[in-house]
Amino acid sequence: MNGEYTTVSIPKPLYERIKNIIKDTGFTSVSSFVIYVLREVVASYEQEKIEVFSEEEKKAIIEKLRKLGYI
Amino acid sequence: MVSKPHGGKLIRRIKRDFEKEDIQTLEVSLEQALDIENICRGVFSPLEGFLDRNNYLSVLENKRLSNDIPWTIPIILDVSNQSIDGLKEGDDVLLKYYDRNIALMNIEEIYQWDKKQYARYIYGTTDPEHPGVSKIYKMNDYLVAGKLELLNSVPTRFERYTLWPIETRILFRERGWRTIVGFQTRNAPHRGHEYVQKAALTFVDGLFVNPLVGWKKKGDYKDDVILAAYETLIKHYYPRDVVVLAVLRTSMRYAGPREAVHHAIMRKNFGCTHFIIGRDHAGVGNYYGPYDAWKIFQEFPDLGITPLFIREAFYCKKCDGMVNEKICPHNEEYRIHISGTNIRRMLLNGERPPEYMMRREVAETILSFENPFM
Repeated sequence: MNGEYTTVSIPKPLYERIKNIIKDTGFTSVSSFVIYVLREVVASYEQEKIEVFSEEEKKAIIEKLRKLGYI
Repeated sequence: MVSKPHGGKLIRRIKRDFEKEDIQTLEVSLEQALDIENICRGVFSPLEGFLDRNNYLSVLENKRLSNDIPWTIPIILDVSNQSIDGLKEGDDVLLKYYDRNIALMNIEEIYQWDKKQYARYIYGTTDPEHPGVSKIYKMNDYLVAGKLELLNSVPTRFERYTLWPIETRILFRERGWRTIVGFQTRNAPHRGHEYVQKAALTFVDGLFVNPLVGWKKKGDYKDDVILAAYETLIKHYYPRDVVVLAVLRTSMRYAGPREAVHHAIMRKNFGCTHFIIGRDHAGVGNYYGPYDAWKIFQEFPDLGITPLFIREAFYCKKCDGMVNEKICPHNEEYRIHISGTNIRRMLLNGERPPEYMMRREVAETILSFENPFM
C-alpha cells in the first residue's frame, strides 16, 4: 500500500475477529480489510448527494434530444 | 435511479463569455482537445482539469486520486519545453486547436514526468512494441496541470451521435430507465457482442452502446463503419426504445485492466448503473491475462457502478445458438468461437462472414464501405 496513512483505533476484540475472518481470503492484513469495508460504506453515503439542473436547462436538452431522434 | 456522478458531482465547466484579451496561447492536439472537452463536460468527473503531480503520482501508485476517489488512468497535458516558454504557475493560458479557442486554463503546476514509470504502472510493461507505451514514449517531457473552462466544442463529424453526461442522464430519466448497462466498443458488432448485450439487457431497463471514437490502431474498424453497423443491428434485431447509441470521443489506451476501470467510470458519469466487462477488455497482444480486467474490480468496492462479467460467447452446433461455457455442456468439437480477427480478415477480402458469426445485414453494411478499416 502506497500513499499517506494515519492511525484509527478499533477495539482489540474486533481486531481479533477480523484477523480470523480474513484467513484464506485475498486480504493480507486487518488494515487492508478495514480500508476495503470503509471505502464501500463511505461511498454509499457520498452517493446520496442530489444532482440538480434547472428546468430551463432540462427543457433545452430535451429539445436537443428530440431533434436528434433520441426521444 | 441513474448512477450518481463519480466523486458525487457532475463537472460542467463551460465559459460562455470570453473576450480575447492579451493572453498567452498554447496549441493542443486533437486528442488533447478531446480530453479538455471531456473534462469540462463531465465525462471525466470529478476532474476539473489536468492532473497535478500529487494526483498524477497517486493515480500511478494507488489507482486513486489523492482524495481516495478511484481513478486509474492519468489525464495529463504534455507540452514541449519551448511551448511553455514564458508561462508560469498562476498564469491563465488560452488553449487552441488550430484556429479554435478551446479552453482557458489556469496553470497550477508545470512538472516533468518519468515515461518509463508511467508505462510500468499503467501498462504493466515498458515494451515499446505495446501501442500505448510506444505512444507515451513519443509524448513531450513536461506536463501542465490546471483547472479548465471550455470555450468552444471540438469540431466533430458525429454531431448526430454526440451526447454528454448531462444529456444522457436526462434522456435515461425521460425514457423511465432506472438501470442502464453501458457497453464499450471499438468494433462493429458480431453475434458474440449481440449475445453479451442482450444477456445484460435481460436484467436492466436500457442499453447504452457507446463506441469509442478517436485514435485507434491500424486494422481497427473506422468510426463511421462502427456506427453504421450498429444502426443496422439495432434497426433489425433490437426492440425499439431499449437502446441508446452515442459516441465517446476519446482515445483507446490499450491499458487492459486499468482502462477497463476507466471505461466504467466514464459510463458511470453518463448515468450507467452497470457496465459490461468483456474478456481481455481494452487489451492488446498478450500483455494482459484474459480475465485480468475482471480481477482489478475487486480493488474498488467504492466504484459506484456494477461491473457485469459476461463470459465470452460462442456458437454451439449442438445447442444451435449462441451460448457460453457456463450454460453449454458440449465439448469443443461442437463449438465455434467468434474471432473478431477472422471476421475482419473475411471482410477485408470482401467476403461475408457466416450468419452465426455476424448478422447478414451488418456484414452487408460493412461491405458497403470501400475501405472499412483504419
